[in-house]
Amino acid sequence: MPDAGELELSRRDLLIGGAASAAVTAVPAAEAQTMPLVTEDQPSMMAVSFEVNGRAQQLELDTRTTLLDALREHLHLTGSKKGCDHGQCGACTVIVDGRRINSCLSLAVMHQGDRITTIEGLGTPDKLHPMQAAFVKHDGYQCGYCTPGQICSAVAVLDEIKAGIPSHVTQDLDGKPQASNLEVRERMSGNICRCGAYSNIAEAIAEVAAGRKKA
Amino acid sequence: MKPFTYERVNSPGQAAQAAARTPGSKFIAGGTNLLDLMKLQIEAPRHLIDVNDLGLDKIEKTGDGGLRIGALVSNTDLAADKRVRKDYAVLSRALLAGASGQLRNKATTAGNLLQRTRCPYFYDTNQPCNKRSPGSGCAAIGGYSRQLAVIGSSDACIATHPSDMAVAMRVLDATVETVNPAGATRGIPIAQFHRLPGDTPHLDTVLGRGELITAVTLPKPIGGQHFYHKTRDRASYAFALVSVAAVIQKDGSGRVAIGGVAHKPWRVEAAEANMKQGAKAVTGTLLAGARPTQDNSFKLPLVERTLASVMHEARG
Repeated sequence: MPDAGELELSRRDLLIGGAASAAVTAVPAAEAQTMPLVTEDQPSMMAVSFEVNGRAQQLELDTRTTLLDALREHLHLTGSKKGCDHGQCGACTVIVDGRRINSCLSLAVMHQGDRITTIEGLGTPDKLHPMQAAFVKHDGYQCGYCTPGQICSAVAVLDEIKAGIPSHVTQDLDGKPQASNLEVRERMSGNICRCGAYSNIAEAIAEVAAGRKKA
Repeated sequence: MKPFTYERVNSPGQAAQAAARTPGSKFIAGGTNLLDLMKLQIEAPRHLIDVNDLGLDKIEKTGDGGLRIGALVSNTDLAADKRVRKDYAVLSRALLAGASGQLRNKATTAGNLLQRTRCPYFYDTNQPCNKRSPGSGCAAIGGYSRQLAVIGSSDACIATHPSDMAVAMRVLDATVETVNPAGATRGIPIAQFHRLPGDTPHLDTVLGRGELITAVTLPKPIGGQHFYHKTRDRASYAFALVSVAAVIQKDGSGRVAIGGVAHKPWRVEAAEANMKQGAKAVTGTLLAGARPTQDNSFKLPLVERTLASVMHEARG
C-alpha cells in the first residue's frame, strides 16, 4: 500500500528547498542524537581505507565523493577519466576486486577494504601491460581520453571470458565463450570512443587474447 | 549532490529499522541508478543505508525445486549462474541484454527491480513531471515520447519501467521477498510488485516505507525454449524500444511478457491462450486497450513482429 507518511515527506522535499531542517524536527530527540542528520550546507565527513594499485590508502572524505573523484582529486591518480560522470561512457572504468566498474557511479566510502586497480597499476611507461602495448601497436585511440577506461575494461573483459561469463551475443549459454570479434565488441559496449577507434581497439584486444590462448 | 550521512548495517532487520528511524533515508546497494539520480538532485536522500554487508548475495535452491536469489546478487553473477543459464535461460538472456558489463558488475537484483524510469522528462529537472514532482504535470504527454509507454499509462504519466530483468522475472512468475521495519516478512508476486502510474506515478512499487527486498524466488523450472528478444536503437547498451520475454513449449503453448511498453513488465495471461494461433492473435489480446502517442504507435506492430520472430525461432 502507498505510505502516506512517505508521500507527504517526498512532496515536502520537493516543495521546500531546506527540506533537511523540516525532516530533522520530525526525528525524536534521542534518535537524532544517535544518528545526526546533515543540514543543507554541512558536508558529512568519513574515514575510508582501501588499497589502490597495491598501496594502502587512508582518506577522510565527504561522503559524496565518488571513487573516481577520490582517485583523481585526492590520490592524484588522474589516469582514470571523467567523461560523462553518469556511467554512460566508461572513461572512468577501474577494476575493483577483479571486476570492472564505473568509478563515477560508486561512492568512495563504500569501498572500505577493497582492492582497486587503475590504469596506473596495470603497467608503467617502462614496462607496459600487454594490453597497453597492444593499444599502442594497433593505434587503439586518437585523442586518448577514453583509453585508460578502454584498457581497464579490456583487461577485465578477457578475464570475464576466461571465467566463462556469457554475454548478449553468446550463442550457447552452456558453452565456453570465446574472445571472438563479436564477443569483444559486445562486451566493450560500455566504453564509448568518440574518435571512433573501435576497430583498432578490437584488434588490440584480439592480439592479447590470442597471446593468452597460446600461453 | 546534497550532503548526506552514511551508515553500514549488518542485518536486513537492522536495515529496515534504520530506514524507518531516519526520515529521508534510502538504501544503497550497487548505487548505479541512485547515484546517477543524486548527482542530478532528482533523488536527494539525507541519509544512505549501505546494505551490501547483509549476506544476501547467494543463490540457493528452494524446498520446492525453485531458486532463491539474494537481493544483492549482482546482475553479472545472476546471468552467469549455471542453474539460471540451464533452467531459467530467459533470465540470463534478459540480464545480458541490459546495461554494460561495468554496470552489471555493480547492479544488484533488488536494485534492478527498483531502478527508476529513464523518461527524459523525469531526468530533466527543468520540466514538469508528476513522477519526480507530484502534481507538476507531465511534459512527456505531447512531448518527445518515442521511447515511452503505449499501454497501462494514465493522463498523469506515460513513463516505462526500464528493466529487462524484471520482464523475464514476470514471465517466470517470480516472487519478491521483503522484510519491513517491524520484522514482518512477505512475498509479493512480481505481477503486483510494480504499480501502474494512475494518478500516483511517483510511486513505482507497492513497497512500504523502510520495507527492504531480501530475495527474489523463482518457482521450479517449467522447461521449454527460452527467449529474450530486445529491439533497440543500438545493438548493445541501449534501453528497449520493445522487448519480448518468452518461454515456449514443444506444442507451441507458452508464456509471453513484454518490456519497454508500460510502467511495469507487461503480461496478460489470457493472451497466452492464443499462442498456437500466432503472434497477431497473441498481441491482439496482449495490447488491447493500448493508447500510444503519435511518436510511439510504431511499438504496437514492433511487439507483434518481435514476437513473430521469437515464435519463428521456436519452431526452428
